Amino acid sequence: MNDLVFFINKGLLSGMIIGSIYAMGAIGVTMIFGILRFAHFAHGDMMTLGAFVTLIIAALLASAGVVLPFPIAFAAIIPAMAVTAVLAIGLDKVFYKPLRNAGARPVVLVMASVGVTLMLQGLIRLFAGVRARDMFIDQPKDIFQIPFPGASRAVILTEPQIVLIGFTVIAVLALHLFLTRSRLGKAMRAVSDNPELARITGINTNHVVWATWIIGGGLACAAGSLLSMDVTLKPDLSFNILLPIFAATIVGGIGQPYGAIAGGFLVGFCETLAVFNWSVLLRPIQDSLWFELPRNMALVPTEYKLMVPFLILIIVLIYRPTGIFRGRVL
Amino acid sequence: MESNLFERNRRDFMLFAGLALLVAIIFLTQGSVYSLRMLVEAGCYAMIALGLTIQWGYAGLFNVGVMGFIAAGAASSVLITFPTNPDFWNSNGPQLVGMFLVKLAFSAILLWLANISGRFGVGRRLRGLLIVIAIAVAYLVLSAHMTTMAAQIEANSGWIGGLGLPVLVGWIVAGVVAGVIAWFVGKICLGLRSDYLAIATLGIAQIIKHFLKNADWLTRGTLTVSPLPWPVETPSGGEFIMARASYLSLVAIAVVIIYLLLERAYNAPWGRMMRAIRDNETAAEAMGKNVTSRRIEIFVLGSVLMGFSGAMLIHFASIYDPSGFLDLNHTFLIWVMVILGGSGNNRGAIFGAVFVYIVWVMSEPVTLALFDVIRTYGVAWFDWEPPSDFNSRALQMRVFVIGLTITLVLRFAPRGLLPERQARH
Amino acid sequence: MSLLKISNLHAGYGQMSILKGVDMTLEEGEIGVIVGPNGAGKSTTLKAIFGMLNITEGSIEFDGEDITGIRSEELASHRIAFVPQENNVFHTLTVHENLEMGAYIRRDDFSRVMDHVYEIFPPLKEKRRQPAGELSGGQRQMVAFGRALMIEPKLILLDEPTAGLSPMFMSQIFDRVIAINKTGVTVAMVEQNAKQALAIAHKGFVLANGANSFTDTGRNLLENPEVAKSFLGG
Repeated sequence: MNDLVFFINKGLLSGMIIGSIYAMGAIGVTMIFGILRFAHFAHGDMMTLGAFVTLIIAALLASAGVVLPFPIAFAAIIPAMAVTAVLAIGLDKVFYKPLRNAGARPVVLVMASVGVTLMLQGLIRLFAGVRARDMFIDQPKDIFQIPFPGASRAVILTEPQIVLIGFTVIAVLALHLFLTRSRLGKAMRAVSDNPELARITGINTNHVVWATWIIGGGLACAAGSLLSMDVTLKPDLSFNILLPIFAATIVGGIGQPYGAIAGGFLVGFCETLAVFNWSVLLRPIQDSLWFELPRNMALVPTEYKLMVPFLILIIVLIYRPTGIFRGRVL
Repeated sequence: MESNLFERNRRDFMLFAGLALLVAIIFLTQGSVYSLRMLVEAGCYAMIALGLTIQWGYAGLFNVGVMGFIAAGAASSVLITFPTNPDFWNSNGPQLVGMFLVKLAFSAILLWLANISGRFGVGRRLRGLLIVIAIAVAYLVLSAHMTTMAAQIEANSGWIGGLGLPVLVGWIVAGVVAGVIAWFVGKICLGLRSDYLAIATLGIAQIIKHFLKNADWLTRGTLTVSPLPWPVETPSGGEFIMARASYLSLVAIAVVIIYLLLERAYNAPWGRMMRAIRDNETAAEAMGKNVTSRRIEIFVLGSVLMGFSGAMLIHFASIYDPSGFLDLNHTFLIWVMVILGGSGNNRGAIFGAVFVYIVWVMSEPVTLALFDVIRTYGVAWFDWEPPSDFNSRALQMRVFVIGLTITLVLRFAPRGLLPERQARH
Repeated sequence: MSLLKISNLHAGYGQMSILKGVDMTLEEGEIGVIVGPNGAGKSTTLKAIFGMLNITEGSIEFDGEDITGIRSEELASHRIAFVPQENNVFHTLTVHENLEMGAYIRRDDFSRVMDHVYEIFPPLKEKRRQPAGELSGGQRQMVAFGRALMIEPKLILLDEPTAGLSPMFMSQIFDRVIAINKTGVTVAMVEQNAKQALAIAHKGFVLANGANSFTDTGRNLLENPEVAKSFLGG
């Protein structure tokens, strides 16, 4: 039974945690892709930026003497999301909008986003250095041990993980309601579906673009902050997290927020299950196996974890470029 | 005629004259040994930039994985040219590697058969299943073999060592390997929109680097390999100027040859077609041009150049260190060279490469000096306590400047300092 | 005062000029039909109305206001609706949502207009919860019309509404155009099926090489032997 608990902890729960992070990143990327029509390479650094904004707000609150029954960082996420959203709109205004207005090809915007990502990276590391930081500012994080029937080990969940899972559920529901019920949400889907027709119909493209950056930036901030709380805050996310997020986006189908969610979890689970040591699960039934169990039976060595999203990406591009949710082929 | 030629290329002459002046100043102030090194490296970067400018400037392909192609080329060249490792050849290593290659070939055939099984009347579903099975089997077999092979080679002989072949062979193989990788990437992505190529190249570069860093059995991983052989006298005897000067002449010859070939290709029907595709894909397609395969051609060609020149660059450094391949230095710096110089213009790429590289090399001491001033005054006036990693932070300023340059050039000078000359009809 | 007045319009894409002096006047409540051979600039004339191309000379007046070079997103606020020839519905949105998007600029209560649209196009009411992309070609055309009607337009621009439809649907579409026109909406329409279209037109404009070659009432054009010879195919 202990082995099963180990599997739940290391396989399922980690998959779910990292899947939620990818999903939240991919929602932003897929909407930016669908509405602004380019792959946003600065999304990884936007997540880092969001995490730093959360840290700064938490530190400010703490120094102002605010005491809450739960770690301040959690409370700081909400204003930080707003700040990051505003920053995202600002980045769009300064760097992407002029290019769009000049009628630049989408690939030029991709390149501009690479420029933006380097600028963010440089600034963040210039002001914050590259050392790891603790998002909790000396507050301990709660760890919950949930006893599992018949096992001496417990299922372990930390406070930020629980918040992360809860947050993802709420964010997905809110996004669903927004896209299907609100006027602006429907307009976003319309622009993503057919920008030309949307313009003729009189849909205000500016509002739609703002909404896109607010959702993309806000979710990037939340994902970056919660990921940093789960481990530590280090400004090295950028390209390493970008690849799984892009893979999730393309697997889910470009311009499909629900696809992005599914894709995020798919990539997350594949990644953790691929590096999971399966011999742990097989060990109890060793006697009935015809072969000697090797010590490590992971499909992919941990150091090649990045291969997993890449392979998923390649397979999808070869066999189903529209993604599982039939997104747009651009 | 003479003056006409000058008039027409006035901008080129002015810029290159300025560049020559800059180089002369560096020679005078920094000494020949230092300046020669800088020029050799700038020359290698110029060739890489030429490779990128044909991908981006001629065909509009966005390659974010230049670093990967350089790294793949450098690693292959190390394997070809480094002296042999007798321990490896006396152990069971060669059999293991041989078996691996055999299994690799079998897997490739298996996958290929599964892929074309549709032609033998196998249904779509079944074909998909066959492909998945083929991939799974190939993966399991190969990864299991690789694990034992890596462990045994590392235990018996450290790594497999080189083949001890001439350096030029190594460089050519470097180009070929980079080209083969590019062919696979291009085959998958070039029929789709350009963003997908960007994503895939980003991924492949990270994976190549990860692989090289961890493949101790193959290239010693992070243990690094040195000294790499030179095709000319190495400066081992302390003759730096002679050695570097002869390496520089090699690089210069290579730059000139590649430049001339590319100029020819640009003006040839092939180059015109490429530009036609870049400027109006739909029209080119309507005229019956096979857009995707043309794009694969140029993507492979550009990557061959990157692999080749990357190997030249690493051989000159004389040490192969996979951790030394950085997105910033080996991808984005080259992007700045190309778009600042003028994408689609070979002279622009060369000018951009040399100029940007000089600025890049100079920027390190300048940044440090600048931040030293900030530190001094900050401490003196505001009782500021600078962080302990102040210097490494200061260098991040360069990352910011690279990013800023990219965005500014794209917005305000999208055609670069030496714009592409519009072909006259 | 004419509702739409295009005078001496010269326009093109970039350097290439396509329209070389198009004139067109429509009074309120009329149906105007633009016909002509391929490449004569029919669709281009419609597109020139909302700034999709470069206007070098001439002017466009709508309802007494100069709207030369207006941007496509401003069309709706002038109560001009445009139905493009292709991709004229939001495929992934439901029929109902398509109509709602048609009314995007309206902040008032538009349920009455919506009911009216469902009245004219009964099949849409049945399929209101279905994504528009799943409907048949004819039904999609209804969605496109319905979407355009949501702003209660003064002028509706139709770009080859019958292209790619079977003859049965074709006459249905023309009936719809007449019905829409009866409610007081002025219609400007580009058509390939010149005979049927001119038959329902108050005014016809035959374009050739980017300029008017004949301008008259629909009936007169149909009866004009020169038009018949050069264009309608005898």
